[in-house]
Amino acid sequence: MKALRNYLDKIKPNFEEGGKLHAFHSLFDGLETFAFVPRTTSRVGSVNIHDAIDSKRIMSFVVIALMPALFFGMYNVGYQNAVAAGKLAEATFWGMFWYGFLAVLPKIVVSYVVGLGIEFVVAQWKKEEIQEGFLVSGILIPMIVPVTTPLWILALAVAFSVILAKEIFGGTGMNIFNPALITRAFLFFSYPSAMTGDSTVWVNQQSILGLGFDAPEAYTAATPLGQAAGEGFGGFDCQQITDAVTGLIPGSIGETSVIAIALGGLLLLWTGVASWKTMLSVFVGGGLMGWLMQALGLTQIEWWQQFVLGGFAFGAVFMATDPVTSARTECGKYVYGLLIGIVAVMVRVLNPGYPEGMMLAILLMNLFAPLIDYCVVERNISMRAKRATKK
Amino acid sequence: MTKVIKLRKGLDVNLKGKPADEIAQVKCPGEYALQPDDFTGLKPKVVVKEGDKVLAGDALFVDKLHPEVKFTSPVSGVVSLVERGDRRKLLSVRVKCDEKQEAREFDVKQDVKALLLESGLFGFFRSRPYDVVANPDDQPKAIFVSAFNSMPLSQDFEFILKGQENEFQAGISALAKLAKVNLGVSAKQTSKALLEAKDCEVTVFDGPAPAGNVGVQINHVSPINKGEVVWTLAAEEVIFVGRLMLTGKVDFTRTIALAGSEVKFPKYYKVLVGQKLTTLLEGQIEDNGYNVRIIDGNVMTGLKTTAEGFLGAHKTEVNVIPEGDDNAELLGWIMPRFKEFSTSRSYFSWLFGKKKEYKLDARIKGGERHMIMSGEYDRVFPMDIFAGYLVKAIISGDIDRQEALGIYEVAPEDFAIAEFVDSSKLELQRIVREGLDILRKENA
Repeated sequence: MKALRNYLDKIKPNFEEGGKLHAFHSLFDGLETFAFVPRTTSRVGSVNIHDAIDSKRIMSFVVIALMPALFFGMYNVGYQNAVAAGKLAEATFWGMFWYGFLAVLPKIVVSYVVGLGIEFVVAQWKKEEIQEGFLVSGILIPMIVPVTTPLWILALAVAFSVILAKEIFGGTGMNIFNPALITRAFLFFSYPSAMTGDSTVWVNQQSILGLGFDAPEAYTAATPLGQAAGEGFGGFDCQQITDAVTGLIPGSIGETSVIAIALGGLLLLWTGVASWKTMLSVFVGGGLMGWLMQALGLTQIEWWQQFVLGGFAFGAVFMATDPVTSARTECGKYVYGLLIGIVAVMVRVLNPGYPEGMMLAILLMNLFAPLIDYCVVERNISMRAKRATKK
Repeated sequence: MTKVIKLRKGLDVNLKGKPADEIAQVKCPGEYALQPDDFTGLKPKVVVKEGDKVLAGDALFVDKLHPEVKFTSPVSGVVSLVERGDRRKLLSVRVKCDEKQEAREFDVKQDVKALLLESGLFGFFRSRPYDVVANPDDQPKAIFVSAFNSMPLSQDFEFILKGQENEFQAGISALAKLAKVNLGVSAKQTSKALLEAKDCEVTVFDGPAPAGNVGVQINHVSPINKGEVVWTLAAEEVIFVGRLMLTGKVDFTRTIALAGSEVKFPKYYKVLVGQKLTTLLEGQIEDNGYNVRIIDGNVMTGLKTTAEGFLGAHKTEVNVIPEGDDNAELLGWIMPRFKEFSTSRSYFSWLFGKKKEYKLDARIKGGERHMIMSGEYDRVFPMDIFAGYLVKAIISGDIDRQEALGIYEVAPEDFAIAEFVDSSKLELQRIVREGLDILRKENA
């Protein structure tokens, strides 16, 4: 540890202004602050002591919170492959997991390499430190796409969202839209045939490195939401709902298991990284709208079943609570969450073209979050103005 | 019946090295300095030359725009140095003190304001908006005095008030002749001199730091609207006023707290305003083999200085903490780091309860980022103001919006705790100070 510190101190001058490796200073800074807590002490005129929390720690905890859903997602990829091949009885737990691991890993690698690559270049160009925001986006992106998404499309989508949804606004903390969801939206609108859960199959059908199985070519399996949007749907039976809760259904990699998502959600709430106000109100809004839609006879899905299907739980826990793009005022968070829940279920039920509404609902509310905050802040401003004129 | 205001927002950081209730004397260091930078917003004009003989209470420099506001010597002696920096900026006026201390006699029967101006005590008044040296031409709607400091490692005013109750009351009564006086008292304080103080309105504040900040108290008692002016005076400076009223002489003796994890025996010391810190710190700092930071003032709001530095005019404590720049801590983003304090439960300080004392160093412990998390400031900002939005308005230089969001009510120190908890590590006090300075220039 000491040796590493000394070594970093020794090579550091090379990366500073005028050093021969100055072109890589953001890379060096990134690695140095990753390895050691920065030694910079506070300047004269600012507070002398600081809370130990920093954005690296916060982002790391979000990534940790995503791990249960990710690992379950890997297992589920293998499980769905075995189901597709009709060989579930022969498959082993680890066999299915490693199969899914191999199927998912390239996506994570592509997402991080493309996204962090752009971040490093931008940080270098703007002479800033690397911002760790993409640590979270980079793991979220592979988790919200179907396992069958081609890598080159994924790379394109990541580049698009990092540049156009984040960097042109000024980087992490300044973006209006959630970069991970912009990736998803880009895929959805540019490559719709690969992205909608009703017409294509979201199940990996080829074996990888001898693991897994080759499925028969004619295999089709719609996601439960796809089924629900189809004609002649008469409601889910108990087994289907149980599968949706545990997550053994076709779907985007990380968002099928409600149990795994709940584990991550608990960590986020406990550490205070995510706002319980936002999270709770998304579920309240979704439940209310689900109940209304069912009461009006527009859908056969029970109100609470909306939570376990598709990306609702994942969106509520990991996407809606993104502090940068959500409402920033405490009252605003309730309104913001409530509207996400309402719009998500509305799109699901009323829009025949696309069975899932969570992504669109969150992106729409990302757009409206500043407006919600504006109303809350304006109330404080007008109170102050009134107080001044009263006297 | 005194009004009690309960504050829920805020944060008490339990730091190691709190001062013991014990007052010690310290050897006279021989040299004293009055530094214009301690009086924010002041354009100083020196009225003495090197070699001049001064008495305690004689002016050393005055306000260029209001020459009647004088800043006077705490001791009698010879002006030893008029220190200037870049572009001849006045840094300090130093006085070498005599063996025998003599003080100028003031006529206490004259008008209170004239007396305060003449004796240099008016220079200690601060005015809001802008948190700068008060302007004697203003008619303030009230004078606010906070009788407690809620920041960690701070002076306990109730303790140092013992034996000076008469002076304190005389000071309050003198202030009452200028404007209505509001005294803010902590719910933990029991002294009759505070709770039953005459000639003022007493309000009790119950809550964590920064409840002791006078800005927080103003916001809850009588918020400042545009066009209004409020003066503030620190509690110990009220005692200065009282001494002047009772004796006709200035006596700038303070009882400061020398505290912090690196101080051997944290306790109180009787010192004078502007005292050189050498004799105070001699043999008092632990030698643990790492760098320490000496802070002129409180750990939250004070300025980094050296043992050669001087006690700032408004400072009620000197804190000493580890600097931390020689610390190599591995993988901070994931290690448990049991020794660190955090309001976030991604660390474990919630596990140890409020009794555990922390030894925190001066590292920022992260990189500066844009504002990422929301609501961090509001949790520790007990005013009816959207702190995050105000800071953004200041950063973007939008003056109309700053006004609308309440910048006239705040001072940099009110953001100290918010700056402490900020995960984006923005220098809030500096940002607010710069914002206030720009606004003052625009409105002048």
